[in-house]
Order: sequence, then C-alpha cells, then structure tokens
Amino acid sequence: MDVKNKRHFPGVLIAVEGLDGSGKSTQLYLVKRWLEINGYHVYLTEWNSSDMVRQAIKRGKKKNLLTPTTFSLVHAVDFSDRYHRQIQPLLKTGFIALADRYIFTAFARDAVRGCSPAWLRNLYSFAIVPDITFYFKLPSGAAIERILSNRPKIKYYEAGMDLNLHPEVYDSFRIYQTRIGAEYDRMSAEFGFTEIDATQPIEVQQETIRKIITNRIDLSSFKNGVVL
Amino acid sequence: MKQFFIEPLPKCDVSNLSGKLIVLEGSDGSGRTTQISRVKAWLESKGYAVVNCELARSQLVGPELEIARQGNILGPTTLSLFYATDFMDQFENVIIPALRAGFIVLADRYFYTLMARDLVRGADPNWVQNIYGVTLIPDLVFYLNVSPRRLIERRWQKAAAMDYWESGMDMGISRDWAISFLTYQQLLRKEFLNLQKQYGFAVINGNKSVATITHDIVSQIEPLLTTPA
Repeated sequence: MDVKNKRHFPGVLIAVEGLDGSGKSTQLYLVKRWLEINGYHVYLTEWNSSDMVRQAIKRGKKKNLLTPTTFSLVHAVDFSDRYHRQIQPLLKTGFIALADRYIFTAFARDAVRGCSPAWLRNLYSFAIVPDITFYFKLPSGAAIERILSNRPKIKYYEAGMDLNLHPEVYDSFRIYQTRIGAEYDRMSAEFGFTEIDATQPIEVQQETIRKIITNRIDLSSFKNGVVL
Repeated sequence: MKQFFIEPLPKCDVSNLSGKLIVLEGSDGSGRTTQISRVKAWLESKGYAVVNCELARSQLVGPELEIARQGNILGPTTLSLFYATDFMDQFENVIIPALRAGFIVLADRYFYTLMARDLVRGADPNWVQNIYGVTLIPDLVFYLNVSPRRLIERRWQKAAAMDYWESGMDMGISRDWAISFLTYQQLLRKEFLNLQKQYGFAVINGNKSVATITHDIVSQIEPLLTTPA
C-alpha cells in the first residue's frame, strides 16, 4: 500500500531529507529566514523525539527489548502525534510548514533495520507526501567526515550499533550511513525527491532551493496566513 | 509450521515454534479473565506449561501508555499506534520466546480487540491489517459473545463507576455515560462479529454458566494438543 498523495490542504509542506551531516538543517533554516523576512507565515517542525520516545528507547535499550518492528513503531507513535497535532493542522489552516526530516527518515532507517518497505509505507500512510522534498545528496564518505569532524562522540543508534555491523563505533557508523544513503537513493525516484548537490557551497545550494520553491509554489497566497 | 498473517516478522525464525497460541477475546465483563484462569488450571492439570499475556502490559511502553490513557491527549491514530507498539513488544518478547520454548500461550485478547476499537473509530481496515500483518495466526481464537445488557450488569458487579474508554466517551456518541457505553459496546460487538467472519473465531455463548463455558472451550482445545506444531 502506498503513501497517499497530497490531499487538498490549503497549506504547503516542504521537507528536507538526507544523511546526518549533509547540511539539510542549515539549508532549511535559511529557507525559513528567507520566507519570514519576506513576510510569509512559516513554521518549522523537527524530527525530534518526545520524552515518551526517549523513555521507551532508553528502557528498551537497557533491557534489550527493542526489535526492528518496535523501534519503528515507537517512532511512528511520536511522528503521528506531531503530525496530527502540528503538521496537519498547519496545512489545514493554510500555512507553510517546513519539516526537518519527514517520514522518509523512518523509511530509510527502519528498512536498514529489516522492516519491509511495504509495511513501512502502510504504517505512515496517514501522512501526506510533501509538496517538495529536497534530498541533500552527498557522497556518504563526505557526510561521514563532516560528522566526524564536528561531533567526536556518535550516538549509539546514529552509528547503527544495534545492528552489530562492526564493534567499532566509527566503522559501524560508516557502514550504517552508507546503507541509509542507498535507501535514500532508492526512494528518490519513488517519491520524486528534488535532489540538491550538498557538496556545493551553502549559498549556491540556497539559491537553487529558493528558485525551485518560487517556481513550484504560489507564495503570494501565504502572505496573510490563514486562507480558510 | 506457524504462519504470519501477511508477511514475516523481521529477524524472526519461526521454524522452531513448537508451542501453541490460544487467544480468548471478549469485552470487559464478558468473563474472559475467569475463563483464562480456569483453562490455565485445566491445561496445567494435564501437564502443559502455560504463559499468559494481556494487552497494555508491555515493558517497553506499558507505563507511558497508562499515562496516555489517563491524560486523554492523543488522537485516535496516535493512540492506535501506541497500542500497536505495546502489542508488538509483547508479541516479540513474550509470545514468540514462549512458543519457542514449547509453552502454551494463553492470550487474554490479541490484536483483534485493538483492531475492533480502531475500526469503530473509523480507521482504514487495510491500514490496521497491514500493521498487524507481521503477527502469527493463532492456533485457536475464542470469542466470548455476551449481550451488552449482561456486560453492563457485570460492570456494576466489578466496579462502582464507569470507565471513560470502556464507555467510548472519546467518540462523542453521547455526553451521557450510560448511553455512550451501550452504543459503544454494541458497535464493538458488531465489529467483532464482522472480524469473526473474516478470521474464523470460535464463538462461545458467554451467557451460559461459567462451568459450561469452560467445558465448551476446553473441548475445542483438546484436539489441538495432540496435533504437532
């Protein structure tokens, strides 16, 4: 079962996806500033875990309870809450919502952990596909070096340590991120991602992104907020 | 060999699940818990080792689920996924290991209850079926069919006041608890009878005496015990 296509909400959803360290959060921040400074009503939503998820993941790790399926479901609970109480209401009331990571993050991570793509797409089928999904494509080696140079300590799940890929955190991280990258590449055609070359200078990427948004979305209707 | 409903559970070997999975479904007040303990005693008297499990008791999210139930702040889809998480945690960490060790798992409800609750709240049947598609088809499922009239009477025997969720108060059927309870329980019963047709539950007349019901259940379990896994 496929994720349903865009339902007719007056708002607009723009998402960014890509590996850790691909620079997507920086780019989304710049999009937000650009829109705000020009007087558009725009809100940011992030793929952050709530206390509930953090508690459950912590307990699951301590007691060795988490499986690919429950790892996926715990995050789906969290996303569903955010989707139904934040993202969907923003879209229904005619705002621009910017999502720093969206359901594709779950599709990539959980598929690497062994969940079937069909099961995952069904699980998240309550959520609409964004109007534009920017995929920040980076040779995974470059993304890894960016992360390793910025953050010396890599978190357990970010390194995919639960997958027993490699006993060394950095090596595990390299293998894991490479697999995630392969999943993103596979989804790019399936969901029509707009690919951005993340090796380009920041301002060059931003210029490209702003052009694409201007061409694909009629921004004039978002100047006054609610269009119900 | 045991079968999954739609697709295999990731990272799970089912080739050596020698135990049996028996499910008892029925509303609160249907006499389910009483029957579970009687059937368990019967199985143990015959020398079978039994493991019990029930909904909303997972180690993973059990405590958070209880808080969510008290607060009533989650939407229906989110709550439904929360219950699915709880169910799958128990499925993978209680039911599967017990079946592997050759136990008889006596489940005090399975995902059918969760499914019925979701469906009466308007969930897409395909969505729910696919989520639980990675679970095992039980060896036997009993549904204790009891009239709403009787349920409400047993409800009074058990507790002094009505329960928000059991009365379906979140559905906005009526602001009157009694009317909401009766309507909600009727909707659930109807949904269960639909699920019965789809999944082939053994329907047990729950209006009979306790001993008769136990007899009806164990007489159907008995032939299963001699069939190989």
